[in-house]
Amino acid sequence: MAIDAATVRKVARLARIAEPEEKLEPLARELNGIISWIEQLNEVDTDGVEPMTTSVAMTLPMRDDVVTEGGDAARVLGNAPRTERGFFVVPKVVE
Amino acid sequence: MSDLTGLTLKAALDGLAAKRFSSEEITRAHLGAIEGSRALNAFVVETPDKAVEMARASDARRARGEAGPLDGAPLGIKDLFCTEGVESTAGSMILRGFKPTYESTVTSHLWRDGAVMLGKLNMDEFAMGSSNETSAWGPVINPWRSAGGNAALTPGGSSGGSASAVAAELCLGATATDTGGSIRQPAAFTGTVGVKPTYGRCSRWGIVAFASSLDQAGPMARSVEDTAILLTSMAGHDPKDSTSIDAGVPDFASFCGKSVKGLRVGIPKEYRVDGMPPEIDALWEQGIAWLKDAGCEIVEVSLPHTKYALPAYYIVAPAEASSNLARYDGMRYGLRVDGANLTETYEQTRAQGFGAEVKRRILIGTYVLSAGYYDAYYLKALKVRRRIADDFDQAWLTCDALLTPTAPSAAFALGDKSDDPVAMYLNDIFTVTVNLAGLPGMSVPAGLDAQGLPLGLQLIGRNLDEGTLFSLGSALEKAADFRAKPAKWW
Repeated sequence: MAIDAATVRKVARLARIAEPEEKLEPLARELNGIISWIEQLNEVDTDGVEPMTTSVAMTLPMRDDVVTEGGDAARVLGNAPRTERGFFVVPKVVE
Repeated sequence: MSDLTGLTLKAALDGLAAKRFSSEEITRAHLGAIEGSRALNAFVVETPDKAVEMARASDARRARGEAGPLDGAPLGIKDLFCTEGVESTAGSMILRGFKPTYESTVTSHLWRDGAVMLGKLNMDEFAMGSSNETSAWGPVINPWRSAGGNAALTPGGSSGGSASAVAAELCLGATATDTGGSIRQPAAFTGTVGVKPTYGRCSRWGIVAFASSLDQAGPMARSVEDTAILLTSMAGHDPKDSTSIDAGVPDFASFCGKSVKGLRVGIPKEYRVDGMPPEIDALWEQGIAWLKDAGCEIVEVSLPHTKYALPAYYIVAPAEASSNLARYDGMRYGLRVDGANLTETYEQTRAQGFGAEVKRRILIGTYVLSAGYYDAYYLKALKVRRRIADDFDQAWLTCDALLTPTAPSAAFALGDKSDDPVAMYLNDIFTVTVNLAGLPGMSVPAGLDAQGLPLGLQLIGRNLDEGTLFSLGSALEKAADFRAKPAKWW
């Protein structure tokens, strides 16, 4: 299940990280090194084992469906790269 | 004034209560020490004005008889904690200039109890690293050096700034976080005490997320009791974190010094790994002897899936990270690098904002979660994670806590392992099992190696049983009588 440059290109695209062409081969080698080390997990018998997604044995708590805070645009926008008249300014999404 | 920076947190609080010195005095002593220690690169933001203002407010509270449990004590805060109005970057270029408009729950507890903030502590970028070398702001230097050598050593990571600042007496204690060993390994490398509490003990609200099912905040300080005092303040149920445990917070300091007679301490045989320095093995044997002398019953236990913990972690943590770090899109906060279109803007922002190790982990996480690989990698890792947690449940049938080494080596030189990701990951071989199972763990300084560098022993406890760890930890501390300090070169 070797990772090649094409796989790295695809994964980087999915992750929205620009990787220059010349970095794809070295990255593929690195990721292969890590993934082949990880593959020792196949030695473990996990038949019938329930996947563990959390170590907290409790159901997610429910809260009352009420407004707790809000109406504070200045704080919400406080770190935005660009704003205008109380809005985030972002690149055009729909052409 | 340097005698004020050398105090334990407990001694400082006693001195403040007895009015032997003011918070402003001890705070200024620490600010002076920080100023004189920039060579360590432990602080990424110093907040001297805020510190003095908080110290004066503390002195005023004390004069009115309203002092809280940490009143007047100057602390350092790992840069992963959001602090209102104070730059919080998580060691990343992508958050340069980010000033949160809110305060993390854990730090708000410390300020509620009267503590004083000295500044923000350097760390590996997004807490991804074991040597502090992935910080966008340069590595932290360990105040410890090998005997006769002057090579710069790592303080460990990711909480390297916290470890270095505590060891160099730049603060009385510090906050830290631990996803795979990021509190305990730096504690071992710097001769300090570090506690990773039970998952859910401390709220994750306002802490920059790395791997949400593993991340947990905890204290670092120069004595077991000091970490107990800090944890009592940091912990507590928080409705803003849905995984926060709704359990009472005991006075953890009350467990320090309690008799450990009759406690059963398990020694997991799988923690004897090939290539471990004989000194670490010898220290472990010494720790066993100390606890036996203190009245503990030593039992051999088996945690058969130990060797699979790290590979499972390197699926689970990157998978969660790739999801958590999707929020850094350059739209609402943080760096934005404009591209020709929206996708390019995302791609350039993230390419320039993230460092190499963070990108590597996002790519691994994206890969193991992608169509066709999800079952083979991610689901498999979650099943192995269950096996690892089951191993501990089996162990608890015959023992009350476990004793192991904290790390497989002493502090290494900066640059030694930065070219080999897997070699770097192996640093966490003894610590990462605890995160996967959600258990509390503690590193206690126990001795020096032949080069004069500190080594730590790790205690692992049952869920929510930090109390037993504080009792055993203070027994180890008393027996080890670890008083060595780094010789000041910086």
